[in-house]
Amino acid sequence: MLVVDRAPKSGREKVQIAGFLAPALILLAVGLVFPALQTSYLSLTGRNGEFVGLDNFVWMFTQPEALVTLRNTVIWVVLVPLLASSIGLAYAVFIDRARGEKALKALVFMPMAISFVGAGIIWRFVYAYKGPEQDQIGLFNQILVWFGQEPKQFLLDAPENTLFLIAVMIWIQTGFAMVVLSAAIKGIPTEIVEAARLDGASAWQQFRNITIPTIRGSLIVVVTTITIGTLKVFDIVRTMTAGQYETSVVANEMYTQAFRAGEPGRGAALALILFLMVLPVVVYNARLLRKQKEIR
Amino acid sequence: MSTLPLENKDLLPDVKDDSTGGRPTMQKRVRQRLTSRTATAAAVVIAVIWTIPTFGLFISSFRPEDNIKGNGWWNVFTDREFTLENYADVLSPGGSQSPNLLSYFVNSLAIVIPGTIFTLVLGSMAAYMFAWGRFRGKDGLFIFVFALQIVPLQMALIPLLQLFTRVLAIGDFQLLPSGTYAQLWVAHTIFGLPLAIFLLHNFIAEIPGEVIEAARVDGAGHSTIFWRIIVPLATPALASFGIFQFLWLWNDLLVALVFSGGGADVAPITQRLAELQGSRGGEWQRLTAGAFVSMIIPLAVFFGLQRYFVRGLLAGGLKG
Repeated sequence: MLVVDRAPKSGREKVQIAGFLAPALILLAVGLVFPALQTSYLSLTGRNGEFVGLDNFVWMFTQPEALVTLRNTVIWVVLVPLLASSIGLAYAVFIDRARGEKALKALVFMPMAISFVGAGIIWRFVYAYKGPEQDQIGLFNQILVWFGQEPKQFLLDAPENTLFLIAVMIWIQTGFAMVVLSAAIKGIPTEIVEAARLDGASAWQQFRNITIPTIRGSLIVVVTTITIGTLKVFDIVRTMTAGQYETSVVANEMYTQAFRAGEPGRGAALALILFLMVLPVVVYNARLLRKQKEIR
Repeated sequence: MSTLPLENKDLLPDVKDDSTGGRPTMQKRVRQRLTSRTATAAAVVIAVIWTIPTFGLFISSFRPEDNIKGNGWWNVFTDREFTLENYADVLSPGGSQSPNLLSYFVNSLAIVIPGTIFTLVLGSMAAYMFAWGRFRGKDGLFIFVFALQIVPLQMALIPLLQLFTRVLAIGDFQLLPSGTYAQLWVAHTIFGLPLAIFLLHNFIAEIPGEVIEAARVDGAGHSTIFWRIIVPLATPALASFGIFQFLWLWNDLLVALVFSGGGADVAPITQRLAELQGSRGGEWQRLTAGAFVSMIIPLAVFFGLQRYFVRGLLAGGLKG
């Protein structure tokens, strides 16, 4: 750091700028840009590194198992951001200025601090199954039994087992949405809220016409972040079903193909698909960012 | 806006009750209280649903093995039998059968603390330059770095692994030897940088320009400005991003699986827990206790530092 300041006076500024930026940029180039390019090439090769053209992609879009993976990923990425953000927003509005707000927030935010692996264990326990004649140890099946139903293998029966995995992700992400949106809601100028109240706006009208438009920016950030996180979801599927019983998603399948099945080409092709799925989300956000910069 | 007179009375309920006969306002107020009651009820329901799964596991981790496997944790309310045996079992060093979580716990710390610090230092340096440096193509480069979040981890894993083992090696000597923490530190730093730079930039860019200009006029270079002005002023943002990064790294499984080489020497606790779950999924007494051992640090960080969380981090970035 001090060396940089002692550089010769002419061009010292440039040396300093380079000194500050270089470590991060070099790491990013080596660790993300270059690998991304290499993976793109890898996706065109077969088991032994030979060039196979688009075979891996053909495999992906023709094999039933691979198609299930793609379908599941789409379900994940639609449901998780939508539900996690809405529940988080509703909760943030409900508890705004309520008594014990901090404690209530902590309860819902807590799953964020728990690893996906830990969450997987927690929820496998909730879904745990025992035969109908035995005592249940999983909460959900006990509830079914209390209502006179047969206990159910929540994680084995496709396609609804995917939904039960998704519930775990929603459980984790809602707290994130809630905390960010709650901070945004607190940032709404009190005068606007007061004015609306004086105009006789109902709670719902206030929510629709003031809260939502004012926190729009935060809402976009939340949905984007959760969407990207969901696309890359790996640990939950890995630890709860290992992708069996038609629950696999692209990120998990990529790991399975590349590191377990010895098919790095297929793994790379799946990673590339993931990239293409994240692309529109990030492009949209980069656009917004550029617009903001122009305003400034 | 036309209802202003009436609404003025709303602010003075006593006056209104007299003048309007009380009825409509009463109704209105009752309705308002009701909606806020439904809201509170809904909030409580959500809070309960969000807490019960963890609570159930927590209770279970203190129950004897036979009880965990025999009946549901809600039975503790009638049958109070608790034990610390599960924790003793997962923490004790033993043969290959033992979960031996304590040593993996230490591994996790050894991975996460340096990983977080590297990301913070390099990220904030770059963020400062993107916010206050003067060079051509700055905005474009910044957007490019932001856009790197596009690259899924999964895409970078294989090439990065090859890079570590083949390219960064001279003969048999590896610059970043496999089976050490170093690979994990570098990998975590790389994957954390785009978001770190983006969020910290937002905060650092909000620091009043006069402060920095004044320092420049006094002849301060970038390093002086960075350490004397930026770092102290951006401490809230650095702290909250640091906390998040710490939690993410602690909870990571994928990067660990790929770069730890599966060895017990460097594997973090999440990896060991996932193994336990895969190989002996029925051993609830170990899984429940193990899960809580792995959660101690993140939960402590979370409850101890939660007031620093979002405020500092989002102050710059999330205005409307």
